[in-house]
Amino acid sequence: MQHGKYRFIVGFLALPVIIYAIFVISPFVQAFQISMTDWSGLVGTAKFVGLDNFHKLWDSDDFWNALRHNVYMLIAVPIVTLGLGLFFAFMLNVGGKRRKNEVITGVTGSKFYRFVFFFPQVISITIVAVIWFNIYNPDPDDGMLNSLLGGLGLDSLQNAWLGEKNLALLCIMAVMIWSHVGFYVVLFSAAMASIPRDIYEAALLDGANRFHTFFRITLPLLWDTVQTGWVYMGIIALDAFALVQIMSVNMGGPDGATDVMPLRLYLTAFRDSQFGYASAMGVAMLIVTMTFAVLTMRFARRERIEF
Amino acid sequence: MGSTSAHNNGEGVGRRDLIKRSAALGLISVPTMGFLSACATGGGGGDDKETKAPGGEKSAKNPLGVKKGAAMEAFIFKGGLGDQYAKDAEADYNKTYGVTVKHTGTQQVGPKLTPRFAGGNPPDVIDNSGADHLDMNKLSTQGQLQDLQALLDAPSLDDAAKKISDVIHPSTIEKGKHGDVFDVLYYAFTIYGTWYSQKAMDDNGWEYPKTFDDMVKLSGDIKKKGIAPWTYPGKYPYYVHFNLFGQIAKIGGMEEWIAIDNLEPNAWTKSDAVKQVVEFYEELAAKKYFLEGSQGLTHIQSQTAWNKGKAMFIPNGSWVENESAPTTPKDFGMAVGALFDGGAGDKMPQGTLRAEPSEPYIVSSKGKNPAGGMELLRIMLSKKHAQNFATKVKSLTCVVDATEGMTLSPGLASASSVFKTAGDNLISLQLQEWYPALTDEKIGGLTGQLLTGDLKAADWIKKTQAYADAVAKDDSVKKFKREQ
Repeated sequence: MQHGKYRFIVGFLALPVIIYAIFVISPFVQAFQISMTDWSGLVGTAKFVGLDNFHKLWDSDDFWNALRHNVYMLIAVPIVTLGLGLFFAFMLNVGGKRRKNEVITGVTGSKFYRFVFFFPQVISITIVAVIWFNIYNPDPDDGMLNSLLGGLGLDSLQNAWLGEKNLALLCIMAVMIWSHVGFYVVLFSAAMASIPRDIYEAALLDGANRFHTFFRITLPLLWDTVQTGWVYMGIIALDAFALVQIMSVNMGGPDGATDVMPLRLYLTAFRDSQFGYASAMGVAMLIVTMTFAVLTMRFARRERIEF
Repeated sequence: MGSTSAHNNGEGVGRRDLIKRSAALGLISVPTMGFLSACATGGGGGDDKETKAPGGEKSAKNPLGVKKGAAMEAFIFKGGLGDQYAKDAEADYNKTYGVTVKHTGTQQVGPKLTPRFAGGNPPDVIDNSGADHLDMNKLSTQGQLQDLQALLDAPSLDDAAKKISDVIHPSTIEKGKHGDVFDVLYYAFTIYGTWYSQKAMDDNGWEYPKTFDDMVKLSGDIKKKGIAPWTYPGKYPYYVHFNLFGQIAKIGGMEEWIAIDNLEPNAWTKSDAVKQVVEFYEELAAKKYFLEGSQGLTHIQSQTAWNKGKAMFIPNGSWVENESAPTTPKDFGMAVGALFDGGAGDKMPQGTLRAEPSEPYIVSSKGKNPAGGMELLRIMLSKKHAQNFATKVKSLTCVVDATEGMTLSPGLASASSVFKTAGDNLISLQLQEWYPALTDEKIGGLTGQLLTGDLKAADWIKKTQAYADAVAKDDSVKKFKREQ
């Protein structure tokens, strides 16, 4: 029966592998090559310039500024998103009052909450950005947030939000968190459902409270899922392009306060017509992202608990 | 309208899907770049072969020799001015040459056409406007733009005795040149200035001020009435530059401004006009004469606030009438005022106006039908279509006196009246066109800070000079020079 096995496998795999090679692998390789040219993107020819683009990148204050904002996001956004996701998932699944015949339950109305939390996930990121841009509208009558604050008598908290240098990045991070928490609530809920109930039962018999059950049982048993979520969320934080491009004032402003690497790359390529330099940024981003993923996988590794 | 218009800024989302997908792989846009560049490594998709235009017989009716039935493609920026006016001209073209022009209306001229230029199959005629426009300097230096001299020499549709170069405004020809080659036709004329409601002024017995001092004084009166004297779109702070830059040229003279355009050392710091103008804005900011929250408004939001009477003045261009039409009250009486006098030493007189040829049309030299592209422009430069433009989008074209005898909308009437008053005292600036990264991102960031009072005028000037010097030193940015 072994006869022709490889031919059989090749027959199935050839087409997808070819497509993958053409549309994924070859652009990757070409990006490295283009990053060493001065290609403008407008004509078919380019000059080889060696590592000039990378030297330039190293000396570019703009790029470091953008990278710094990505790093802020990389630190803050996953922690808050995953933290909230875990908290909500726990409350929805385990955190409720004890009822008859049920060892563990969610808070009242947990089904409804789960539904609502997932809402932002089904809206396209573009629409999320436009909605929030209008929520942050500084006009005291037209801006939702400001008019809400005004209505509550909190006029002193009214702000220009995205126009405010100290707040703009936080405003954008808040939207990022808002739009991703729902997904993790669902992800963690699913993972929690697979934790055997007898473990909770035993803990509860020993007198554990909600706090203990969360940190001693739920979190350790969810660790694999959290880790995956962390990498995924980190990659999202390293992007942030769509939100910043649509929401920020003056493309990454005010005065560069919300600039991120992908936006810098986009402007360099499509505004300044420096595709070679932009490719160098892409390569730099690849390195940053890979480093992040490898480090996370390496240091977050724990012993797997079989259950 | 080049980067000087921002009708569409909120919607630059074209590449998002692509980038999002790559982000999932943790490799944002590396594949995007690579994909677009497939032909960069493949030896080019036709940059060497000059496409043979399908030549038709030249005649009095067809001076450019357009071949009947030859395919033609037009790519029109569909922003504040829409694209209907171009479609109307295409309809006439279709009738004469027995084809259907392939029309695309878009706000994403740059992202959509970059790969097509790189691949050697650009559309024939392009209205290269909006925030995402193509870099025309690069296109020109790389030989992608058709020399439009043949169009200038062709007879006008209205009067065969007149050449096109005779019926369009001289500054249009001057601005459309790269070196000695005229390869960009700026179809429209944008009047920049301080826009206001004539009705609100009349109701309060106010008059449009002539000098900086009068403006500051009037702003005080306006504020006392509970109205904000000024607003601006903080999301696009370069709107403020429409007036700020023009004001520098008006007070310091074109010579000083041209030094700035040419990125000469100390051009900003040594000019007294720069100091006076920036300090004027610093004073407005210090006295809180800007509508609160302006720093977070889009152009639409700020115009709406202005239409609602929350603010009196707004720096803007003449597209504002068309763009803000949905929110403009019927009796608003939209009007525009010229630049202010700084003092007795001003280099240019009262009434000086910043009027820029805008809406840059280019014809691809490597397209399939450059003659057809030029012919479409010739049709658009006829009186019929210039008037159609004025009616449809309430803007002036580069065709001189085309609107004479027409009843114009209030804003357009006001714009053409200040345009007439200004006579030859017109200011045309290149800095934003040539170095948008410098003006919009860098100086724009500073201006945003200046207007919220977070940056002192002296620091604005110092940092602006530093940014200009950095661009002057950067080899990867192509430099331009204009003559004194």
